[in-house]
Amino acid sequence: MKGGMLTIFRKELARFFGDKRTALATILLPGLLIFAVYTFMGSALSSQFSVDEDFVPAVQAVNLPGSVSALAGQAGLDIQPAQDVEAAKALIQEEELDLLAVFPPDFDGQVAGYDVTSGAPAPAVELYYNSASVNSSAAYAQMAALLEGYETSLSNKFDVNPGDGTTYDLATQADTAGTLMSSMMPMLLMIFLFSGCMAAAPESIAGEKERGTIATLLITPLRRRDLALGKICALSIIALLSGLSSTIGTLLSMPTLMQMEGGVGAAYTPVHYLALCLIILSTVLFIVACISLISAFARTIKEAQTYVTPLMILAMVVGVTAMFGGGASPHLWAYFIPFYNSVQAMAGLFALELNWTHLLLTVGCNLAYTALGVWGLTRMFNSEKVMFQR
Amino acid sequence: MSDLILDVRGLHKSFRLSAKQQKIEKTKQKVKVAVNDLSFTAHRGEIFGLLGPNGAGKTTTLRMLATLIRPDAGDALVDGASIVKEPERVRERIGFLTSELKLEDCFTPNYLYDFFSHLHQVPAEVRGVRKQALFSRFGIDRFAEVKVADLSTGMKQKVSLVISIVHDPDIIIFDEPTNGLDVITAKVVTDFLQELRGRGKTVLVSTHIFSLVEKLCDRVGVIIDGAMALCGTLDEVCQGKSLEDRFFDLYVERMGEDA
Repeated sequence: MKGGMLTIFRKELARFFGDKRTALATILLPGLLIFAVYTFMGSALSSQFSVDEDFVPAVQAVNLPGSVSALAGQAGLDIQPAQDVEAAKALIQEEELDLLAVFPPDFDGQVAGYDVTSGAPAPAVELYYNSASVNSSAAYAQMAALLEGYETSLSNKFDVNPGDGTTYDLATQADTAGTLMSSMMPMLLMIFLFSGCMAAAPESIAGEKERGTIATLLITPLRRRDLALGKICALSIIALLSGLSSTIGTLLSMPTLMQMEGGVGAAYTPVHYLALCLIILSTVLFIVACISLISAFARTIKEAQTYVTPLMILAMVVGVTAMFGGGASPHLWAYFIPFYNSVQAMAGLFALELNWTHLLLTVGCNLAYTALGVWGLTRMFNSEKVMFQR
Repeated sequence: MSDLILDVRGLHKSFRLSAKQQKIEKTKQKVKVAVNDLSFTAHRGEIFGLLGPNGAGKTTTLRMLATLIRPDAGDALVDGASIVKEPERVRERIGFLTSELKLEDCFTPNYLYDFFSHLHQVPAEVRGVRKQALFSRFGIDRFAEVKVADLSTGMKQKVSLVISIVHDPDIIIFDEPTNGLDVITAKVVTDFLQELRGRGKTVLVSTHIFSLVEKLCDRVGVIIDGAMALCGTLDEVCQGKSLEDRFFDLYVERMGEDA
């Protein structure tokens, strides 16, 4: 009876979308929240680790040699002589002063007379700074670079990557984006999809048990399998919509979060998107089947949510594996393991390494596991112990 | 008999008791026999009453007949369909109503009527005519687009009743039909059950209210402690006494000094 499944499917969607507030909260809110939070995080992060453009560090020095003073003058660094070393250090701790440079007396003379082959310790410069202060760190970096530049200029035998307009990093922007996306997105997507399923499935199955409405369905000639299939399909659509909203929110906030120029999606072709859709669809079906089974077993919505939480944590942990191990797993067996197969297939896909064998294996396995779940759910709907236990 | 429509043969059902339930029931037995070798028959165009105190096994019996739970032993033929072997055919033939069966709060009577008609595969034109008749019969038409959550208890009960018979079944099984209803709604329901009988339907009700049985039922089965104590027409069972007096005679007979 195909009609039974369709009737249940339509009822589930009517129920979900009939309640405007829940529907909006489940579908629109995650995307909006994620976009707002990530964008805020992105701008906060970038402002935290950069100093103002017109920033001039306050630097003091002891025994400032003429050579360094001249270089500093060219670099726009204004270095004041330090009166008292200890007082200057205290000022740095209080973030009143950014940097203190202590040179040995007659630094230029010592440097000129130092023989590298002698084995004696080289003349040392001490730079005191405060890593807790962004300005002080910036001053330290500036000063250290200046001194290293000076040291190099004293005995320049060869240069590495001297610059003058050549780009040495040959990674395309697509590669960079791909690496980033393949480490981040699988985990994020797993979380988004899982939360979407969590929002819909326990309510629909454990909720019907709790409210006593499932028995009203069970006394109709409706086949239990149609009930299971209709519910899983409708819940998957709700979960997909919720996951889609979160994903769009993430993709839109990605440039701000990662300080990347332009969008991140430009490198992917329609084939990639199609493959991603297949993975996501099969994964959602599988997750919904899992949560539905647990929900059918639970007596109340709350109980169902409690039982599902460990599974969600497991899915998140599996999602993290995409961040390590350098790209998708080359082993075939990896694509038989639920959750792991989806994460690995997505990681490969985002890294622009589309492998159809892995992809089809993942989708096939997920669908097979879902079919198993439907079978299990049908059996549970048939079981008076599961349906009517108190 | 040719008009036999319900044939219950030796139904048996026992439940496993949890440790907590054992304490409540003050028993060491792990298994509680809810229904013990129960047999009876019902015919077309009659109202059959299962009379018994709380916990006698009435509801369990009705749930087995409605195929919500399976009997441990025995069987019942509902218009020729076995509740054990062909539960789906049984479900097509019966309308079952108990207070346990709830309707989803967020839907309107109109939506739910159509939804359950779909599940029972009622053709659209039949559905429309039947819905109009039933809705106006029970005064639901004014509330057809009001969410179930906002209906009064009585109106909810009427909607539940209407929805349990969207497919115009030949057998209507009704667990405690007037429980929790005010006198007016209760009268609407009992009148309707009599009307169904007039149309040749079979109605099976369970109750612990003597007056309801006396007023409504053609035949009655007295269930005590999961077993059928006596079964027959109202006159046969009463033997000139009031039903209440007969019941307590039977109860003392069965339960002995425990009563």
